[in-house]
Amino acid sequence: MKCTTLAVAVAALAAVFSGGAQAQNEQFIPANFYWVGPYAPGGSGFGGGMIDYFAMLNDRDGGINGVKLTWEKCETEYNNARGVECYERSKKKGPTGAALVHPLSTGITYSLIEKATADKIPVISLGYGRTDAADGRVFPYIFPLITTYWSQNTAKIKFIGMKEGGMDKLKGKKIVNLYHDSAYGKETIPVLDVQAKKYGFQITHIAVPHPGNEQQAQWLQIRQINPDWVILRGWGVMNPTALKAAARAGFKREKVLGVWWSGAEEDVIPAGDAAKGYYAAAFNMPGTTFPAMQDIVKHVYNKGKGDLDDKSRVGSIYHTRGVVAGIISAEAIRTAQGKYGKKPLTGEQVRWGIENLKIDEKRLKELGAIGLMQPLKVSCMDHEGGGAVKFIQWDGKAWKVVSDWIPSDQSIVRPMIEQSAAQYAKEKSITPRDCSKES
Amino acid sequence: MLYREAGQFKTTYAEDQQIFPIRQDRIAMGVLLIFAFVVVPLIADQYWFSAILTPFLILALAALGLNILTGYAGQLSLGTAAFMAVGAFMTYNFMLRMPWLGIVPAFVLAGLCAAAVGILFGLPSLRIKGFYLAVATLACQFFVLWVLQRFGWFSNHSASGVITAQKIVILGYEFVSPASKYLLTLAVVAVMALAAKNLMRSETGRAFMAVRDMDVAASVIGIRMMQTKLLAFAISSFYCGVAGALYAFCYLGTVEPEAFSLDLSFRVLFMIIVGGVGSILGSFLGAAFITLLPIVLSVFSAGFSHTTGIEISHAVLSNLELIVFGGLIIFFLIVEPNGLARLWQITKEKLRLWPFPH
Repeated sequence: MKCTTLAVAVAALAAVFSGGAQAQNEQFIPANFYWVGPYAPGGSGFGGGMIDYFAMLNDRDGGINGVKLTWEKCETEYNNARGVECYERSKKKGPTGAALVHPLSTGITYSLIEKATADKIPVISLGYGRTDAADGRVFPYIFPLITTYWSQNTAKIKFIGMKEGGMDKLKGKKIVNLYHDSAYGKETIPVLDVQAKKYGFQITHIAVPHPGNEQQAQWLQIRQINPDWVILRGWGVMNPTALKAAARAGFKREKVLGVWWSGAEEDVIPAGDAAKGYYAAAFNMPGTTFPAMQDIVKHVYNKGKGDLDDKSRVGSIYHTRGVVAGIISAEAIRTAQGKYGKKPLTGEQVRWGIENLKIDEKRLKELGAIGLMQPLKVSCMDHEGGGAVKFIQWDGKAWKVVSDWIPSDQSIVRPMIEQSAAQYAKEKSITPRDCSKES
Repeated sequence: MLYREAGQFKTTYAEDQQIFPIRQDRIAMGVLLIFAFVVVPLIADQYWFSAILTPFLILALAALGLNILTGYAGQLSLGTAAFMAVGAFMTYNFMLRMPWLGIVPAFVLAGLCAAAVGILFGLPSLRIKGFYLAVATLACQFFVLWVLQRFGWFSNHSASGVITAQKIVILGYEFVSPASKYLLTLAVVAVMALAAKNLMRSETGRAFMAVRDMDVAASVIGIRMMQTKLLAFAISSFYCGVAGALYAFCYLGTVEPEAFSLDLSFRVLFMIIVGGVGSILGSFLGAAFITLLPIVLSVFSAGFSHTTGIEISHAVLSNLELIVFGGLIIFFLIVEPNGLARLWQITKEKLRLWPFPH
């Protein structure tokens, strides 16, 4: 008995490590996400969206220019060590290795910066990760695409200014930054401090320890401060807890503004009525009306193949965010194919594709993603590419879009990014690239 | 047959008291070391180095540190990850502020810093025992992380509180490749494991065990409580500190304080419980069990649907891994409450008598 179990195990291990027989015309993309633990809704939704988009491309177009997309799931548990293990396991898969990787965790992104740069595999941290990596001169392989935390934050202060009736009205206002006590949560403290000085509002930073299901003390403190706005920089279970605690403390939810990792259906539905009126930022819109989403329903779910077990989550915020990740990954590979030929590409080649990625309104229309995401233009200097944010409000049943794309304030963000990146370059003795010499 | 000791005579005390009194053990250990130092670097690939072997060795060192404190000196601690964090962050700061120092002295100094923190939080052990002491060390866990997160000095005022390990250079050689980092880790772990093994066979080690078995009796025979307990905390924290420094420098590269959460403390504690409390070998077996088994399970489950073609939802598979992992821990604890090291010891006893048991 024991021997057979062992033999099966060895066979399975051998099959996995050798990767089995590889079809040659395939592009491999790791799906290292998380399906267990307190952050599973985010991981499974995002992962599901990305995989669904790839499956749709394979079914509808036969891949990208005839190159099929393949992927393999690996459970990271949102844990740095497991994330690194998954990355190491997946980076050599497929005929040309991993094309790019979405770590979907700020902590794992941090751990991969050096490894991926050495392995020449681009890391896309879509709306998370290390903000100063937007300076592509210092971080050639790291792409915090669409918007960084700092950009988002300036857009948020703009939104608060709009709600208050002008940026000059912010003077003397009190804002509380309620953040998840991790690298992710702390990332926006300096940019808030700079803006507080610029606009003259008062900012208080209050930490919530991981995972965030205890917030009585924090909301007591918020009650004492009696702020005009609370910025909720939460993640996972911390979000509904905060909304419920706000309701209990009698704080208006119309004055609570969440980041995009606090603004999904999974964050508000558990809070029930307590979530009504709550605002959140978003860089992707929910819904299944976009033609790209329609194609996913038609080519994937209607054929009974979709990645999400719970079909009602199709078109939810996390799911469409994963679809946006899929679109960006596929378009980057397509761009790189334009230069290197219609064949499976290496990470180094795909990196060029990401750096020269340009998704304008016309391309968005072709992709069927108008309104789903914003136009994007990446360059060697700017690894962010977008920078605008929309705001959505929960009406008790669904997210309603309440603003247009609000651009971020790069006059605040960019100098901070360059300063921070320069410090990193100095610490690691990296010579920044000269962008004028990049082709 | 393997363990036939016929013909092995010990004619001096030195021979009788050596670490491995049986010749086969000495040979096996030598072969193992040659294998780890020479053969593994030749055959392993990057995945094995950076995802399996290096983290295993580092966590084994942390488990060894905790085992000195909990297994040998009997002081339950939940602050392991905090001591590791001290080691990681202090190495970073030594390298940042005194770049001329070199990495090995920085490791040692960071270990000493961790030892100082360990002594400080070991003070309550003079008055309280068992679960109450565990709660006191729990305070250490939260306090250290709080300090590292609140005071920007420790992370050189990085916005997110994250530190990025500097380059490792020893005598002009730069440790960049995963294989070289593995060898560095292995060398540190081998030396420190040997030191621990010898320490536990010395008077200090015997004093630790006396305190563990019955502290009143130990003090009656003249073992100084304060000195012994604090020394145990210091040595244990030193080991954990060095492990933490390796964790940051040889393994992850970039670390946030969150990486050293209570979760890691518990994992190290489980390692020594599963591996064997009060055993050097147990620390390694436990670390292997706790770090490698989830990976094996995940690779196996990936291979399962690969080879059999049975489609199982990945969410179910991920949860199944956790269930199987938990089940195996319970299974091993029921089969052998004293850990995997005891299991090996029993096997060895049987092998020594085989094929003619009494």
